[in-house]
Amino acid sequence: MPAADPINEAVSAVYESDSRRVLATLIRLLGDFDLAEEAMHDAFRAALEQWPRDGVPANPRAWLVSAGRFKAIDGLRRQKRFDSLDEEGRELDVAVVDTAAWADAETVEDDRLRLVFTCCHPALAFDAQVALTLREVCGLTTEEIGRAFLTPAPTLAQRIVRAKAKIREARIPYQVPAPAELAERLEAVLRVIYLVFNEGYAASSGAALTRHDLSAEAIRLGRLLVELLPDPEAMGLLALMLLHESRRAARTSPSGEIILLDDQDRSVWNRELIAEGSRLVRAALATRRFGPYTLQAAIGAVHAEAASAAATDWAEIVGLYDALLRMDDSPVIELNRAVAMAMRDGPEAGLACIDDILKRGQLKDYRLAHAARAELCRRLGRMVEARTAYQKALALTRQEPERRFLERRIAETDR
Amino acid sequence: MSIRERLERLKAMRNEMKYLCLVYLEHDKLHAVPDRECMNCGDDFRKSGLLVAAEALESTATAATVRVRNGKMSITDGPFAETKEQLAGFYLIESRDLNDAIQVASRIPPAREGSVEVRPVRQLDPDTRL
Repeated sequence: MPAADPINEAVSAVYESDSRRVLATLIRLLGDFDLAEEAMHDAFRAALEQWPRDGVPANPRAWLVSAGRFKAIDGLRRQKRFDSLDEEGRELDVAVVDTAAWADAETVEDDRLRLVFTCCHPALAFDAQVALTLREVCGLTTEEIGRAFLTPAPTLAQRIVRAKAKIREARIPYQVPAPAELAERLEAVLRVIYLVFNEGYAASSGAALTRHDLSAEAIRLGRLLVELLPDPEAMGLLALMLLHESRRAARTSPSGEIILLDDQDRSVWNRELIAEGSRLVRAALATRRFGPYTLQAAIGAVHAEAASAAATDWAEIVGLYDALLRMDDSPVIELNRAVAMAMRDGPEAGLACIDDILKRGQLKDYRLAHAARAELCRRLGRMVEARTAYQKALALTRQEPERRFLERRIAETDR
Repeated sequence: MSIRERLERLKAMRNEMKYLCLVYLEHDKLHAVPDRECMNCGDDFRKSGLLVAAEALESTATAATVRVRNGKMSITDGPFAETKEQLAGFYLIESRDLNDAIQVASRIPPAREGSVEVRPVRQLDPDTRL
């Protein structure tokens, strides 16, 4: 291994910190994802050749962008066999000298936001939005995304190729949406980020209960978004993720078994994340323009600030769920409200609500509805009913730790 | 430090993987793409630091297939084209991921006449046992 080399260190550091920014700007300048990726590759290669000779430029990022743009346009020109240096060529040379044009920090940050909105464009299938965001914005490889989502890499590669073709063919603009459509478009971005987080936090299938890397990526994306576009719901989502994340160490035992919120050792909750999350919730609530993510985060904050399950302000939580239901009339939220009600008013009240939801035929295939019903029956000593409900939940789960948890509970109903 | 060494470091930093791009062509299209064009493509890849190796192959009519069974070697002609396309050449490239490799493969000239199969290279693991 050669001794540390300052130039290589510099290139590595810039790659680590700025390659995503460089890519985002190149996509804007070149108008094409693939061309931009190739250009970025060429630019880093050029840096390795030229920086040792000429020194590290004052603004490495601007240098890389202009080198990448030059290489791409030069390549296109050769490919199209331009036989004379026409006007485009002259403009090119000017652009290469004038690196200040790319140094404008604000434009560059806007490029990252443009990239997020383009990757999460509603014309793309949701799966494609997720894959594209993770690859282009976060810099994950196709193989890494495939492993995280338990999807074969060629399937994902195809998804990404098609999405890029769609962006090209449908001429999806590379821009931050106009104020009139911003709220709706932002919602799509938040949905992608939250799905990535949840895949990491509570993997819907597979052996491991949590896949940490995806959650970390989602939080990174959430921070980026709040930094670039401090919208209340972006803050709310980041807060929600941080508050969930704060409980990670407490929610599984060392052997990987699930520990329910009530039984968690709250001393291992991450206080720093809780403080940051609670701060964001308060800021989002103060805007009075918040939405469902902020309310869910507010519920998380009430839990996070309680010393124990019994000491939790359940009335406050039920109230927050009521507010949430007014925004989003979803049976899953209703289910969560029923669980909170059981804590506030006793298991019978909660059970009545859950049975009402199930009677309407909603959530009858949702494992957590049956698991919640089972827990409440168990607390009421109605073991036969509890057992049946646990068994229904067990039949619906695809997650290994959850299966073990439910089997333990079923065994307990025998006693 | 040489450019080559620097490039290797950059690749390591990007966790680059090797992919074998296998070029398949029907027999009567083996020469449909001018050699000059394939050489230019290889040169471009080499200049961009993507290429590990690339070769074109003679037709399967010139091939012999070797098998060893129970310690005995046997040789057959061919393979003969039951399938219409035959392996015509390869480019061994280095890419950050499968999508980058596919992007590079799409620039291989015979892709427009036949097909290019992109296969990740598997790292041999000396510690695996049967």
